Amino acid sequence: MKKRDVSATKDESVIGHVDNKLDVSAIKDGSVIDHIDSKSTLKVATILNIQDEERVVLVGMNLESKCLGKKGIIKIGGKIIDQKEVNKIALIAPNATVNIIKDYNVVKKFKVAVPETIEGIVKCFNPNCVSNHHNLEPKLHVLNKNPIRLQCHYCERVMDSNDFVLT
Amino acid sequence: MARFKQRDIISIRHFNKEELLYILDLSKHMEGYNHTDILKGKMLASLFFEPSTRTRLSFESAMNRLGGTVIGFAEPGASSTAKGESLSDSVKIIDGYCDIIVLRHYLEGSARLAADVAGVPVINAGDGANQHPTQTFLDLYTIRKTKGTLEGITVGFLGDLKYGRTVHSLAYALSHFSTEMYFISPSGLRMPKDCLEELRQRKVTCHETESLLGISKKLDVIYCTRIQKERFADPVEFEKVRGVYRLSKAQLEEMGTKDDLKILHPLPRVDEMDESLDGTDFAVYFHQARNGIPVRKALLASVLGAIE
Repeated sequence: MKKRDVSATKDESVIGHVDNKLDVSAIKDGSVIDHIDSKSTLKVATILNIQDEERVVLVGMNLESKCLGKKGIIKIGGKIIDQKEVNKIALIAPNATVNIIKDYNVVKKFKVAVPETIEGIVKCFNPNCVSNHHNLEPKLHVLNKNPIRLQCHYCERVMDSNDFVLT
Repeated sequence: MARFKQRDIISIRHFNKEELLYILDLSKHMEGYNHTDILKGKMLASLFFEPSTRTRLSFESAMNRLGGTVIGFAEPGASSTAKGESLSDSVKIIDGYCDIIVLRHYLEGSARLAADVAGVPVINAGDGANQHPTQTFLDLYTIRKTKGTLEGITVGFLGDLKYGRTVHSLAYALSHFSTEMYFISPSGLRMPKDCLEELRQRKVTCHETESLLGISKKLDVIYCTRIQKERFADPVEFEKVRGVYRLSKAQLEEMGTKDDLKILHPLPRVDEMDESLDGTDFAVYFHQARNGIPVRKALLASVLGAIE
C-alpha cells in the first residue's frame, strides 16, 4: 500500500500555528525535500531555482526535527526533481531526503547521496585551473562525503563546502 | 611490481613508495647508459607553452641519448595556439605524430587534460603552480645520492612555498620516507593549507616558521626556491617579498649547520642564493640539474616500454 505524503502532513501542523488557512496542505504531485539542515534551506532553494518557479513552492525553516534539531523543508508542486538536482542537493544538504509525490501519495522516498565523481555541478575554485579557461565540464572527485571535500580532476586542488561555486 | 609502460606521469600523488624507488634505482643504472638505441624509432613531442631551459633540454637530451628523436616547440607563439587553437585540439593532433608527449603549460590541470584526450602517454613537465613530477623524481634522486638515504631525514623548504610546485610535489613524495619537514617562508607565501593538511594526515611532522634562525642546525637538507614573479597577479605583493631570503656561506657559518648539510634548488635562482655557496660542499644544485638526464632517461625508457 502506498504511503501518504507524511512529511507534508507533519509540516502542516507546525506551520499551521501561524495561519491555519495557509496553503501548506499535502501537494497533489511534485517533490518534497525534507531533512535539510535548516541553515542550508535557502541554498537548496537557490539550487532548485525556485525564484523562477511558477508552480506552488513552499519553504519552511527552523522546523523541529528529532535528528537534526532544526530542519528545513521545500515542497514544489508539479515538479519531479532530476538526478543532477539531487546530486547538487547532496553537496549542500547531505542529510536531506527526497519524497516524490503522485496523487497525494509518496511513490518514492530516498536519501540524497553524494556520488563518487561530480561532473558539471561544481566549478573548480582555482582561477588558474584549466577547467576555468577551456570549454570543459568541471569534474571533481569526492574525497570525503560528510563533511564534504572535493578534489578537482584537473588541477588537484581540494575544496570544502565553503569553496563551492555551483555551475 | 612497479609498472610504467604506457603510463601517464601527471602527478607525484599517483606513485607509491615502491614505484618511486624503482625509478630512482633505474636512474642510477641510467647514469652510464649513453648513446644507445633502446628508443630508436620512438619520437617525443616536446610541447612547451611556458619558458624552460633545464626541463626541456634535459628531456630532449635524454631522448636523443637513448636513440629517439624529438619534435616540438619551445614557446606557444610557434604553435597553432597563437591562432586560437585549444589545448585539447592541439594535443589530439600531435598525438598522431609521436609516441610520447612532454607538456609544460601555465594552466593547472593542463597535463591531466592532455592525458585524457591523448592516446600516447603524457609526461607533465610542469602545469602552473600544481605539479612537476619529473623534477620531484630528480630531487629525490639527488637527495638519496648525496645523503645516502631518504629515510628519516629533516628537510627545510625555504622561499616561495605557496606557488612553488616543486615544493608541493617533493614534500608529498618525501612523506613516504618518515621525513620531518620545516616550511620557512614569508607569511604571504606559506605552504597551502590543503598541502599541510594532507602531509599531517600522512603522519609527517611539519613545522612552519619565517626564519632559519634556531632551526638551521637541525636540517639535513635545505630545499631553496625562487620567489616566482610570474605567479604574482599584483606586482606590489611581489615587491613586498622580493629578496626576503638571501642564503650565503657567511650566513650559514654564522647560524651554524650540520657539517653534511646539502642545499638543493630547482633553479633558476635570482637573489635567494648567493654565489658564495657555489664552491662549498653544501651546494648540490648544479649536480641536481645534471641528474635530470638519468632520471628522465629512466622515465622515458620505462614509459616507452624499452625497459620492463
